[in-house]
Amino acid sequence: MSLHKPTPPADAQPLYKKREPIYPKLVSGNFRTFKFAFMGLALLVYYGLPWLRWDRGPNAPDQAVLFDFAGGRFYFGPIEIWPQEVYYITGILILASLGLFLVTSLFGRVWCGYACPQTVWTDLYIAVERFFEGDRNKRIKLNRAPWSINKLWRKVAKHAVWLIIAAATGGALVFYFHDAPSLVFSFFTGHADATAYVFVALLTFTTYSLAGTMREQVCTYLCPWPRIQAALTDEHALNVTYRWDRGEPRGPHKKSESWEGRGDCVDCNACVTACPMGIDIRNGAQLECIHCALCIDACDDIMRKVDRPTGLIAYDTDNNVERRAAGLPALKFKLFRPRVIIYAVLIAAISALMVFGLATRSTFELNVLKDRAPAFVQLSDGRIQNGYTVKLVNKQADTRAIHFEVSGIDDAEVLLVGEEDGVMDVEVEGEHVDRFRLIIKIPEENVDGNDRLRIVAIDTETGEQDVNLIPFSSPRRD
Amino acid sequence: MSDHEKEIDEATGVETTGHEWDGIRELNNPLPRWWLYIFYASIAWAFVYWILMPAWPALPGMGTNTPGIRNHSDRDLVAASVQELRDARAETGQALINASLDEILSDQSLRQFAMAAGESAFGDNCATCHGAGGQGFPGYPTLADDVWLWGGSLDEIQHTITYGVRQDNLETRFSMMPAFGRDQILSSEEIRAVAHYVRTLSGLEEASEESHHGQEIFEFQCVSCHTEAGTGDQLQGAPDLTDRDWLYGSDLETVINTVYNARNSAMPAWGERLDEATIKALAVYVYSLSGGETNS
Repeated sequence: MSLHKPTPPADAQPLYKKREPIYPKLVSGNFRTFKFAFMGLALLVYYGLPWLRWDRGPNAPDQAVLFDFAGGRFYFGPIEIWPQEVYYITGILILASLGLFLVTSLFGRVWCGYACPQTVWTDLYIAVERFFEGDRNKRIKLNRAPWSINKLWRKVAKHAVWLIIAAATGGALVFYFHDAPSLVFSFFTGHADATAYVFVALLTFTTYSLAGTMREQVCTYLCPWPRIQAALTDEHALNVTYRWDRGEPRGPHKKSESWEGRGDCVDCNACVTACPMGIDIRNGAQLECIHCALCIDACDDIMRKVDRPTGLIAYDTDNNVERRAAGLPALKFKLFRPRVIIYAVLIAAISALMVFGLATRSTFELNVLKDRAPAFVQLSDGRIQNGYTVKLVNKQADTRAIHFEVSGIDDAEVLLVGEEDGVMDVEVEGEHVDRFRLIIKIPEENVDGNDRLRIVAIDTETGEQDVNLIPFSSPRRD
Repeated sequence: MSDHEKEIDEATGVETTGHEWDGIRELNNPLPRWWLYIFYASIAWAFVYWILMPAWPALPGMGTNTPGIRNHSDRDLVAASVQELRDARAETGQALINASLDEILSDQSLRQFAMAAGESAFGDNCATCHGAGGQGFPGYPTLADDVWLWGGSLDEIQHTITYGVRQDNLETRFSMMPAFGRDQILSSEEIRAVAHYVRTLSGLEEASEESHHGQEIFEFQCVSCHTEAGTGDQLQGAPDLTDRDWLYGSDLETVINTVYNARNSAMPAWGERLDEATIKALAVYVYSLSGGETNS
């Protein structure tokens, strides 16, 4: 009997795939134009949003979008979210992911192709690279050339501009967390908070490495979205597709030759050289493909040159390609499929819920906290006394006049510490949480250890009120 | 292991360590380079650290640890942080000093600051004996009720906190109940009788022959401080014996013990340890626990 010797199979691939450098060639066409336009828009929004002002009165920041961690507030235009309402942020995140699902089921991975920050900044970085080092062929040549003054200054300039963009990216992010104009000043005079510098450094590093040096590896190896995408897509999904029914058999084509009996693909590799992910779209739908449609532009350009109809690579469904290959007519793309409707309904429902919540939310809140040590004391006259810390939250900008009412147990003597006997009115500043002490004394015979007080705070002007039901402790009597 | 010959594993082409367990041999793969470099860098950093920071404990002939050229000291950092906190509070602290206690109590924002600062100072300094929230323990007065040995108005509370009870200063709260038993002023039977009488004052027991006997002794020995009716005297810190509050307990044995030994407990003079603003904040906080004493 002989044991099997564990030997790797002859055609085994190494576990580590060496990275192949990618030099995407600049193409021109509708998608390239749209991609540049969208990149401009995305960058404009990202860099510009913190500078948008929104008047909220004298005591509140006038930045339209501000995540004020120090002050414990999130501002989105007219909406102001307090820490205890952080579920609205959750709602926004849920809406964002549903929105991503919806757009994906409508038009495929347009997020990856146009809107994802990784795509936007990589595209920007490639544009910078192209500016200093030229287009694909020049870049390949430059990289293979020995070091020279020419190569050195181009490389140094490219990395310098990359770093500046990276620092500006990190810089723009911190403006979302502090008042932008004052932070700009304090940042460059060295007086800003240490966290600002740390985050700028961090974002500079990530932007530079993700968009400059890692690029397509982020999408292929780091990002979960291409994997999730597999669960959202099917043969009816709209993808950037090579129409092999029309393209095959492929091969070089001379101008004088006939197109009879062969496909339209002239195997010119234009789609491959244009691809920022370094893949061949003619191999079908792939995890790496970010569906940026630059290969469509590249191929259309060639098709026009060889005088064939454009659209050999186009947004299409796998199903239609199969149908045409089988001689059947292609189906019109259906926008309203069940999944689209489900996502749309979910988005509408959650949005409605949030709008309802925001529209009806109270800007006034009462929180009564009962003293627990001691839970109660017996006074010298035998009455039972409980102490309560009362917090009044005033989320509106103006001062409110509040009146307290305490009920639920007979003969309760109520003292508001700091006020005259019997005075139950206080004022709460705008945008403020104020703390008060309520001392309540009740004859022993009126309580049995299972009592509850009803404490009401009423805005004397608007009539808004909030109610807390809170226990009144006393010695338990069985 | 010196006679160990190089053995190459066939499947992987990697040298083995020569160790074998039940037929399984260990490959001698090199360490990942990134790991090795970080390891070397860590060793290099250790030398840098020894020079910069306090590192080696006291060596023979050397009184202390190596200080390091950066002169780093955690103690100094803590002191600096504490000073930073003091500076941050300086402005509002000054406002507390400038305002009277009544003004602090009636001004909403000063009151809130005082209550917050007082709460934290109370937790650090007072809660050990008085309990969090002033719940009190036997021998340590409850601060959340309406019984005040030395007065429960804002000013009286501030005075008690500042000068303490039975401390070594002129302003301190001071009185001394005699240890009636230990100092042989009263006999054990007399003390028992007084204890019975004291318990009748707040209705804990019915009047009896013994308690009547106790009353005679009480009127002779105790009324100078506790008054004839037994309602006590805040000027002398003499507790009201007619109410339902008992600092050390109300059962007969405890009352006998109190009369026999006297209690005369003490509280530190916090004026020696805390600044004026903190003491005012504490006074307001303690007052707010119970609503204080308004009719003193």
